[in-house]
Amino acid sequence: MQKRRTYEEINQKIKSGRAVVLTASEVSELSKTLPPAEIFRKVDVVTTATFAPMCSSGMFINVGHTRPPMRMEQVLLNDVPVYAGIAAVDAYIGATSESESRPGYGGAHLIEELIAGKEVEITCRAKGTDCYPLKSFNGKISRHTVNEMILFNPRNAYQNYAAAVNTSDRTLYTYMGVLLPRLGNLTYSTSGELSPLLNDPWLRTIGVGTRIFLGGGRGYVTGRGTQFRTDVERNAHGIPLKNAATLAVTGDAKEMDTAYIRAAYFEKYGVSLFVGIGIPVPVLDEDMAARVSIRNEQIETTITDYASPSHEELGRVNYRQLLSGYLHLKGKKVRTAPMSSLPVARRIAVVLAKEIRQGKFSLTQPVETLS
Amino acid sequence: MKKKFVLTFPPESTNEPVTCRLIRDFGLDINILRAEINAGQEGKLLLEISSTKGNLEKGLGYLESRMITWEPVAEKIHFQQDPCIHCGSCTAVCFSGALEMDRITRELVFTPEKCIACGLCARACPLGLFTLEFAV
Repeated sequence: MQKRRTYEEINQKIKSGRAVVLTASEVSELSKTLPPAEIFRKVDVVTTATFAPMCSSGMFINVGHTRPPMRMEQVLLNDVPVYAGIAAVDAYIGATSESESRPGYGGAHLIEELIAGKEVEITCRAKGTDCYPLKSFNGKISRHTVNEMILFNPRNAYQNYAAAVNTSDRTLYTYMGVLLPRLGNLTYSTSGELSPLLNDPWLRTIGVGTRIFLGGGRGYVTGRGTQFRTDVERNAHGIPLKNAATLAVTGDAKEMDTAYIRAAYFEKYGVSLFVGIGIPVPVLDEDMAARVSIRNEQIETTITDYASPSHEELGRVNYRQLLSGYLHLKGKKVRTAPMSSLPVARRIAVVLAKEIRQGKFSLTQPVETLS
Repeated sequence: MKKKFVLTFPPESTNEPVTCRLIRDFGLDINILRAEINAGQEGKLLLEISSTKGNLEKGLGYLESRMITWEPVAEKIHFQQDPCIHCGSCTAVCFSGALEMDRITRELVFTPEKCIACGLCARACPLGLFTLEFAV
């Protein structure tokens, strides 16, 4: 009996419409009755997905040259400062950059509006040079007028994330949402058994060059994300117990869809961007079959207290408990709430599985591994 | 009609028996839900008022003449459902149980009958889909 299958074999099956593709949730369900050996025999590809706020995101744009030309040095888009310290008409819209005049509006909103095809006001200044004489410019841009829109996110798809609570006497407004005082609630943010890097915890198949679903279009893993870590304690299933590996990803934002890229504003914290990511995991052997079989009750995370400056650890919880809506902590029944959207993540996994089955999306062997 | 109002008293008006006058002179039925009043300091009073529309307007006019500002308390929450991405952030703060995640679909379920219009969801929703509706 075959013990391994290669990327080439899987892609051949995809091409001929014979590949068996399931979502990670479907495989987790199957794994209740089927051992990894059976799952390896039956399944070729498993699609994973997440749709969550990911602050470390942004978009490069090239707005095109003005006449006379200008070396844009300070650029505002809808009054949001964007980074212009690169070539003449290139800029980077950081997702968390905020408007100076409109509270709660920022780079993430610009990214969403540009993808949606809306017009954005551009205001720029420069000192003026012999080759770029223009000193100021004001106008409108949109996805139809700019040359390129390239999403480039330095840190996405965190492999697990610690859950947040608040033991202090005042409400805390955080990127993990509104944390009510005296353990009034707990928030968590990954898609659990559907999450990309939890289905490949040792990063055997997700690496440099991996083709992914990004914001409704095609994207690629460019390498390790910032704050990438592998020296994190793991449980018996190989799952890191808190924030571990991350991905840097890129993709053509002109192909993206606002159903999978959405701006967010967290009160008294700031602007962030919901990013939709889907990653296909090839079932290369029994070991990968066992990895993608992971279920919510086997995925644990650490509970951390945002009231303490060091985010003191208060315990551990698994995703089955988190999804149940409450847990018991320090003798209290604490409500649990997600920060990432499971319905949208599920939809991404289904869309990606369908594209693979239809032969529109093939798998890529990493050029380099990440770990 | 029955409505809730928050009254804000400037420090100099805390010596006047305002609530008493609203009841006696304007015929308003008043239920004091919360009070933070100290002589010589700015104070706040949360009232539920039952009366005819005419008497209520006269009573509110009297408050204005005493430099007391009033704000209606939200009657209900308006939820813009279509753009919702079902992230669940609002369910973290909803203690009345009006906002919950469906156990199967994991989509947000809003039950307006359970909503007490506390307004916490308006602060928790990262897409700003909840707005407080005031009835005046």
